[in-house]
Amino acid sequence: MSEPTTLDAAFFRRWLTTAAAAVDREADRLTDLDSAIGDADHGTNMRRGFTAVAAALDKEEPATPGAVLALAGRQLISTVGGASGPLYGTLLRRTGKALGDTPEVTRDQLAQALRTGVAAVAQLGGAVAGDKTMLDALEPAAAALGESFTAARSAAEEGALATVPLRARKGRASYLGERSVGHQDPGATSSALLVAALEEVAR
Amino acid sequence: MRMLINVPETVVADALRGMAAAHPELTVDVENRVVVRRDAPMAGKVALVSGGGSGHEPLHAGFVGPGMLTAACPGEVFTSPVPDQMVRAAAAVDSGAGVLFVVKNYTGDVLNFDMAAELAEDEGIQIAKVLVDDDVAVTDSLYTAGRRGTGATLFVEKIAGAAAEEGRPLERVESIARRVNERSRSFGVALSACTTPAKGSPTFELAPGELELGIGIHGEPGRERRAMMTSREIADLAVDAVLDDLRPDGPVLVLVNGMGATPLLELYGFNAEVQRVLGERGVPVARTLVGNYVTSLDMAGCSVTLCQADEELLRLWDAPVKTPALRWGR
Repeated sequence: MSEPTTLDAAFFRRWLTTAAAAVDREADRLTDLDSAIGDADHGTNMRRGFTAVAAALDKEEPATPGAVLALAGRQLISTVGGASGPLYGTLLRRTGKALGDTPEVTRDQLAQALRTGVAAVAQLGGAVAGDKTMLDALEPAAAALGESFTAARSAAEEGALATVPLRARKGRASYLGERSVGHQDPGATSSALLVAALEEVAR
Repeated sequence: MRMLINVPETVVADALRGMAAAHPELTVDVENRVVVRRDAPMAGKVALVSGGGSGHEPLHAGFVGPGMLTAACPGEVFTSPVPDQMVRAAAAVDSGAGVLFVVKNYTGDVLNFDMAAELAEDEGIQIAKVLVDDDVAVTDSLYTAGRRGTGATLFVEKIAGAAAEEGRPLERVESIARRVNERSRSFGVALSACTTPAKGSPTFELAPGELELGIGIHGEPGRERRAMMTSREIADLAVDAVLDDLRPDGPVLVLVNGMGATPLLELYGFNAEVQRVLGERGVPVARTLVGNYVTSLDMAGCSVTLCQADEELLRLWDAPVKTPALRWGR
């Protein structure tokens, strides 16, 4: 049960293929959540994107953690569409860019890079924590990753659950106003899936 | 829910193949999802590129042709297209005079078109953008993604398209497009939710005898639910919601738009009520268009869009247009 001390490109590839499997498994649930306060396609779109990510990683085998994330981010931007494509694509690309081109990184370095990636998402989407978006899972996860993978996963899952009583202020759910209250945010939920996949491969 | 499809995964590609067969005057790239006027690029003329999720047909691909859009990029159902499509479209239509992106104000559309604009500019294409945000049902702008782009998209694409066809420069086409948007407001009502092919069941539940007020065009629930109303009562409510915000002091263009599953018989009857309310409020009507133009799959319901027209906008509205879904003049 000891976590790896350094994370190489193979680790990052495993993370994203595990995430792709989780997104595929949970796609219907994501779409159901989106149907309550959005337009019922989050699962479908994320599945399309992560299927493309897994295929690209299989074909290209990028050599560094940064290159793995950059490739995955580009795939998401080119295949997902909607807001999720640019936002998740930016998250991975900017996190990857922050990791640079070293062949191995530490969890601390990843935590720091992820904070950069999450900040880029916040800037692109013009959202802040509490707006009932993916940031509500990602910000606490990035903060807790400095402590451990397990802490990051718990923080993301708690953050996603904590979107239930919030009123949406960004994205399509915001059109509902008060009626968005009482539903878990689909974007925060898919974000928690990605962080859970990270914890899974680090075990 | 029965649908005239093969499998949900191919609905957009299937529709594009069918569109290609029906409209040889368009170049339909099914694989890359770009629909372009066959005679593009037109020397010296500004090009108009729009796009958005599928499910709103005939918007946008049905508006590609002389006098309106130069190209359209259809995304997945209710999902913004990706930047690659828009860059490809811009490269296909740019004559050197620049490209205007017509973008409906949804988070996804805005983000993808912004990324595309950056990439296209890197390729040396001059890009201008106009955001369409006409839906008055979204009032609380500080706490939302802002007003949605709905029926006014048709006015913007038709009028700016006519300006481009006349050979106006990019800044001029852009400012006309912006003026149309600023002077346009919409309000929509749903009598039923819609069913996306991927989900296969209605996007929200509406009990018999209920209607949903202030809906958008993506099957998302609206702002308020009420007991069913008559066409007359809906017209009063929708027109007043628009007029409260627009406060026109001259003649208006009227779009009475069906959401996809409401028959023209009902839409024309509704238009009679819309014209009555406008008459009672002392608002003169310059032109009226009735039909299913900015739809939400199989949603039943309607929207009203008003645009305060001036002489120039009216002249451009009347200019010839020849697209699959809108054609008049010449």
